[in-house]
Amino acid sequence: MTTLTQPPQESFRLSQLLYDTRYRSLTIQVVAFILLMAFFWWLIANTVANLEALGKDFDFGFLGQRAGYDINQTLIPYTSGATHARAALVGILNTLLVAFMGCILATVIGVIAGVLRLSKNWLVARLMTIYVEGFRNVPLLLWIIAIFALMTESTPQPRDFREGGGASLLFDWVAITNRGVYVPAPNWGDGAGVMIAVFVASLVGIWAWRRFARQRLESRGQLLPVMRVSLALFFIPTLIVYFAFAAITGGREQAIVAAGATEQSSLADFAQSQSGLNVCLIPGSAASLNLERRLMADDLNYNAVPFTDEQGALAGFQSGDCNVVSLPSADAGPYIANGGFEGQPAVLSDTILRGNPVEFERPVLGGFNFEGGIHLRNSLIALWLALSLYTGAFIAEIVRSGILSVNKGQSEAAFALGLRPNRVMNLVILPQALRVIVPPLISQYLNLTKNSSLAIAVGYMDVRSTLGGISINQTGRELEGMLLMALFYLLLSLLISGLLNIYNASIKLKER
Amino acid sequence: MTKSLFLGALTAVGLTAGAAGAATLDDVQARGHLNCGVNTGLVGFAAPDSNGTWEGFDVGVCRAVAAAVLGDPMAVEFVTTTGQTRFTALASGEVDMLARNTTWTFTRDNDLKFEFTGVNYYDGQGFMIPKELGVTSAKDLDGATVCIQTGTTTELNLADFFRVNNISYEPVPIETNAEAQQQYLAGACDVYTTDASGLAATRATFENPQEHVILPEIISKEPLGPLVRHGDNEWGDIVRWTLNALVAAEEYGITSANIDELAQGTNNPEINRILGTEGNLGEMIGLESDWAVNAIKAGGNYGELFERYIGESTPVGLSRGLNAQWTNGGLLYAPPFR
Repeated sequence: MTTLTQPPQESFRLSQLLYDTRYRSLTIQVVAFILLMAFFWWLIANTVANLEALGKDFDFGFLGQRAGYDINQTLIPYTSGATHARAALVGILNTLLVAFMGCILATVIGVIAGVLRLSKNWLVARLMTIYVEGFRNVPLLLWIIAIFALMTESTPQPRDFREGGGASLLFDWVAITNRGVYVPAPNWGDGAGVMIAVFVASLVGIWAWRRFARQRLESRGQLLPVMRVSLALFFIPTLIVYFAFAAITGGREQAIVAAGATEQSSLADFAQSQSGLNVCLIPGSAASLNLERRLMADDLNYNAVPFTDEQGALAGFQSGDCNVVSLPSADAGPYIANGGFEGQPAVLSDTILRGNPVEFERPVLGGFNFEGGIHLRNSLIALWLALSLYTGAFIAEIVRSGILSVNKGQSEAAFALGLRPNRVMNLVILPQALRVIVPPLISQYLNLTKNSSLAIAVGYMDVRSTLGGISINQTGRELEGMLLMALFYLLLSLLISGLLNIYNASIKLKER
Repeated sequence: MTKSLFLGALTAVGLTAGAAGAATLDDVQARGHLNCGVNTGLVGFAAPDSNGTWEGFDVGVCRAVAAAVLGDPMAVEFVTTTGQTRFTALASGEVDMLARNTTWTFTRDNDLKFEFTGVNYYDGQGFMIPKELGVTSAKDLDGATVCIQTGTTTELNLADFFRVNNISYEPVPIETNAEAQQQYLAGACDVYTTDASGLAATRATFENPQEHVILPEIISKEPLGPLVRHGDNEWGDIVRWTLNALVAAEEYGITSANIDELAQGTNNPEINRILGTEGNLGEMIGLESDWAVNAIKAGGNYGELFERYIGESTPVGLSRGLNAQWTNGGLLYAPPFR
């Protein structure tokens, strides 16, 4: 009797693809993949065919064409003569600005509201509940429009700031109008660069000190004063530099030179003798600001001819671009002796101060609007506040859940050690809560960034309004514009989540 | 079940995608109504009345085309479009035609691939400003805040005008006419700029229209007219000649009052050809012989539409000006029906 030692050689049959569990899953996947590819092929082919039927091609050349429209808020120089690509870039920067400001404010609001929601104070806890539920459960677009409408309808028009108009500047420095808030703008004088460098260095110093204090705490259990030192580092070095420069250069006088004036006549007399004043200025510099203040104090009308530096302004005066300029020194002799002038230059009796490292320019009511200062448009403020308050409500819940996720025994143990409540929060609860908080926080930042595309509702010129709105409309390149915008939002989101994932990796539980 | 659902969805997508390419006339007739893109609300040109029925000068064109094609002026589905959405709506086939104060320009005709079928209102861009500001010329607007509808030619004209005159301004981009009106009245902008006819229409709805002036400068040419997609010439011809029929009707004295009488036949062969009692013009553009009768009956001839919705007796109060018949020194000139 023979026995079969070998099992019969199984030949592969086609039906096994369907009935044999070893192959079935593979079959299903292959079929699904083919169907998916077919679907995409059909979608793309259909798009191409329809575009062809409409006589349209796929071309990004429109980005190089003249845009032709103006944008109100531009962080980089832009005119209507620039290209669509430039307009898109302006929009991208505006998107980044509002997203950045929004993420910061949303975090601040969210953390405060989240902690306060756990407060033992009944009123505070309930108020925060109302805030969170109110903002979380009403669409963001409504909040944006509501805040914008509130700001437009409840604030005075610029012309109400005229005498008898009933509105006045806040603290004499800030104008809140229905077109936005005008705040003083910093103008930089001599030593501003040094001052800013020192300020940045002290920020680095604060970071280094906190790091050092933390290491000291962990290695030796020694508590170093962090808050006091940080505050001191923040203010003292910068202020020292400011006052040093203010004392050395701030009080220095400098001459004003006018073309075709009588020697030592005053600015007002010179203005009367001329048909118009053209003043060479360097916008944003402290000395020019002082010159303008001098002109305004005499109630003189003038045209500002802008230059980027003092050399340029002097050259402009020499070639006759303007008839008034302020020299960088009190002694005009060497400069006038230099020669090569269009008109006869003469030194006026009025002088101006060189100016402190930083001087603030007040908003002043001009013809239709306030001029000078920084104009924070209502559209930006409304969008910023709405995005921050809306996302802040979600972050509050994330923070609350993070804190609640830390076992009660942790805080009880910390209290048993004799730690004070704020130390318990900072040293025990928050480091553990952060592990829970950060991952969902990332998606809230992404939400905020993407939600900023609702900007068009209040006329904020973000990338959706420039590239995705006006540019598409003027050129008819819907598909290209939308693809570019999608690509931008995709890259931005990946970048944000990438950066925050690095942070997340640094705070997560290190298992050894 | 799932499979059939998927295939069903696929077919549905395929059908909608295919629709854009097919003959628009057949689509409209099969559908039983015309999809017409109009303004979101501009009194006199396109706005719903108290019963929710759309009416206005632009709406009248839609109704005339619907009457010519389907015999029923009410068989129109009005799709509201903003300055930004109108071209996408037309290009994607969501609407069959656009009658929405749209300026005829070279790029829109050629680059955006549309077909302008004529001009129903010769307009120009103007500025409106509160009287109390005391401004008398647009050149005094240095530093002003200007409300502007985005995605329009006015936006580009505005940029050019201020650039040429070397004066600065602050643009406030706005989506719809209603929003612009609200912003302007709240004082969030000093000036509102759009086509002069639009300004007059907007001002007509103000509580105190006399407190606002329209500045004398007209800074652009804005020939406004209905448009259709490029590539379907038969459909373009229908819209073009419907508009021409309305204009010619005024020229030959055909009104909604006497049209029934004239349609019996007259001594004037041109009127007979328009009204279909002579020749076969209707057949040539694929319609019934009484297509023009229906179109004119829908709301009257061009002059009647003008007087009823935007003429001097209405709150909008526009004079005929450039929009008078060529015989009266205007620019309206319908080619011969022959």
